[in-house]
Amino acid sequence: MLEIKDLHVNVFGKEILKGLNLKVPPGEVHAIMGPNGAGKSTTSYTLAGRAGYEVTKGEIDFFGEDVTGLAPEERAARGIFLAFQYPLEIPGVSTMNFLKTAMNSQAKIRGEKELNAAEFLRAVRAAAKELNISEDMLKRPLNVGFSGGEKKRNETLQMALLKPKLAILDEMDSGLDIDALKLVAEGVNKLRSPDRSFLVITHYQRLLDYIVPDVIHILAGGKIVMSGDKSLAVQLEQNGYDAVIAKAA
Amino acid sequence: MSEEAAALQELTEQKYKYGFVSDIESEFAPKGLNEDVIRFISAKKNEPEWMLDYRLSAYKRWLTMEEPTWAKLHYPKIDFQDAFYYSAPKSKTDGPHTLEDVDPEMLRIYEKLGIPLHEQEVLAGVEQRRVAVDAVFDSVSVVTTFKEELSKVGVIFCPISEAVHAHPELVKKYLGSVVPDTDNFYATLNAAVFSEGSFVYIPPGVRCPMELSTYFRINAANSGQFERTLIIADAGAYVSYLEGCTAPQRDENQLHAAVVELVVLDDAEIKYSTVQNWFPGDENGKGGIYNFVTKRADCRGKNSKVSWTQVETGSAITWKYPSCILRGENSVGEFYSIAIANNYQQADTGTKMIHLGKNTSSRIISKGISAGKAQNTYRGLVSINARADGARNFTQCDSLLIGDQCGAHTVPYIQSKNPKAILEHEATTSKISDDQLFYCLSRGIPTEEAVSLIVNGFCREVLQQLPMEFAVEAQKLVGLSLEGSVG
Repeated sequence: MLEIKDLHVNVFGKEILKGLNLKVPPGEVHAIMGPNGAGKSTTSYTLAGRAGYEVTKGEIDFFGEDVTGLAPEERAARGIFLAFQYPLEIPGVSTMNFLKTAMNSQAKIRGEKELNAAEFLRAVRAAAKELNISEDMLKRPLNVGFSGGEKKRNETLQMALLKPKLAILDEMDSGLDIDALKLVAEGVNKLRSPDRSFLVITHYQRLLDYIVPDVIHILAGGKIVMSGDKSLAVQLEQNGYDAVIAKAA
Repeated sequence: MSEEAAALQELTEQKYKYGFVSDIESEFAPKGLNEDVIRFISAKKNEPEWMLDYRLSAYKRWLTMEEPTWAKLHYPKIDFQDAFYYSAPKSKTDGPHTLEDVDPEMLRIYEKLGIPLHEQEVLAGVEQRRVAVDAVFDSVSVVTTFKEELSKVGVIFCPISEAVHAHPELVKKYLGSVVPDTDNFYATLNAAVFSEGSFVYIPPGVRCPMELSTYFRINAANSGQFERTLIIADAGAYVSYLEGCTAPQRDENQLHAAVVELVVLDDAEIKYSTVQNWFPGDENGKGGIYNFVTKRADCRGKNSKVSWTQVETGSAITWKYPSCILRGENSVGEFYSIAIANNYQQADTGTKMIHLGKNTSSRIISKGISAGKAQNTYRGLVSINARADGARNFTQCDSLLIGDQCGAHTVPYIQSKNPKAILEHEATTSKISDDQLFYCLSRGIPTEEAVSLIVNGFCREVLQQLPMEFAVEAQKLVGLSLEGSVG
């Protein structure tokens, strides 16, 4: 499904990713862990297609298509979703309106029929109910004045409605206390399915107690230096990145 | 540039035709302005003596006045002798015969705005078919129906030139009573040369049964250069009036100077909404309308209320300050504004709230959006008279910048002579950030739609004030005006 081959990425002229290789089969949850500066955020932004993240070598294959040259909205329409570490506020635009615009834009790019108002409302209400999100939150301007937990739950709601094939969770746990984290993780787990893969990017092991990965990769110096099952996270927690990375090298 | 210079030279070399004898039969007055031209306009309209005198006195006054230069606007000095001041509406047969003859760029914009086909034809000036193919689309009959409905409740709604003849007592009483012919350079010019405009009178206790917008859009798509509008809401009356059009309007005349006067008596209310989309010039700043507008409401009566809502997206130069004189006790003035300036557009716009009466209150919500190389200025005055006990004002001025080559400026003047007045002023300046844009893109929303979404969110409080049917079009217009401003 997702296959990253020898990916080199420059940001502001500096090479951050230096030959990243990664394969995520359908339905699996993969975690990317790594110390600060390893290239974790660069990986998520590059996958989503952010301007300024220049691929100098290698490719990103998504269902057999090289999406390296595609605009972010084209990638989104093909099913790549990025849950932001710090979701942005858009004053005056209700969550509802934002969701509708996003869903219809994607439908348009895919050449599908746009939802009418009633169909949309039904879909949003169902998803919001499933994730325990209040009607009030849907009417408030997007992320404006939301708590950290509310923002991340809102990301989960967007994911639920946009139904991506690959969801990249960038530091989903940052800024959350343990209760909020549990709630968000619960939402994410509800969205796990055999035709949806997850790439969970995190610095800390604690998130992986709640969103349990099939495979853990360690990213250091712009490439994957080690992969293993979930026990790798425990090793990291006990010995720290330096020791584990040194052993890998 | 050289083409422009050559054109300028040609214009300046042209000899002025002083002392010509007006020919009543001709369709336009020669270039330039003098007493003869004014007599010509007045004669064309078959005006009574008092109207001609009014114009001539304004003209004499105008000759002694100087153009205001305090606005933050830069444009070449206007040669007022190099403009036309009267031309009869173009003959219909000169216009395009079908929509296929119309500039495809215009049609693309109409379509994006979602304007129905039959209205597109009217807007584009397509010659009206004598035999309506579809009876529903026969705008003439629609207009007649409106007129009947209005006259049933005694509402007068007609061109101002018609009102001069049909209702001279009202026109004499109110014309120039809010914006005197001595008011300012452009208003005085308008008083001398106006030729089109609307007159509205709502009798006591009448709530106008319809938005006067619907009528206006169909009937008066050809609005003019020196418009003069006079609206009177008698005691306890209410009217909502919409001027302008979301569709782009082109005009051969670069100089526009309109005057709008609102008179509001006891317990009456006028809601006046404007969507201004005159040709803003091209992306290099060439061409475009110079729009110098004087709009003022006089809340003469107790408990009277005026609400100005404006969406200003067009014109190369906008100079406009819709104001309220809050004379009556408990009178209320509101100003809701969206001003968008893109490319090389310059807007200097705001309001004046003059609190004279007790317990008067006013509210100003201004949203300025600048993109490209545009300059956008909010200029507003809140003035509290010594006798205006209990006066209150709330002002909020927000500016949004798109890109790093445009400017936003806020110039609030606040004068209070009453120690008990309560005045609040809030101002913010923000930018559409790359992060915000990328957030939208990553959700599948393309750049132009993302900008439109963010800007519409920014303007929401003002858009909400527009009549429902128009708010939707205005939202689309906001997005359209900023096409190409990012990326």
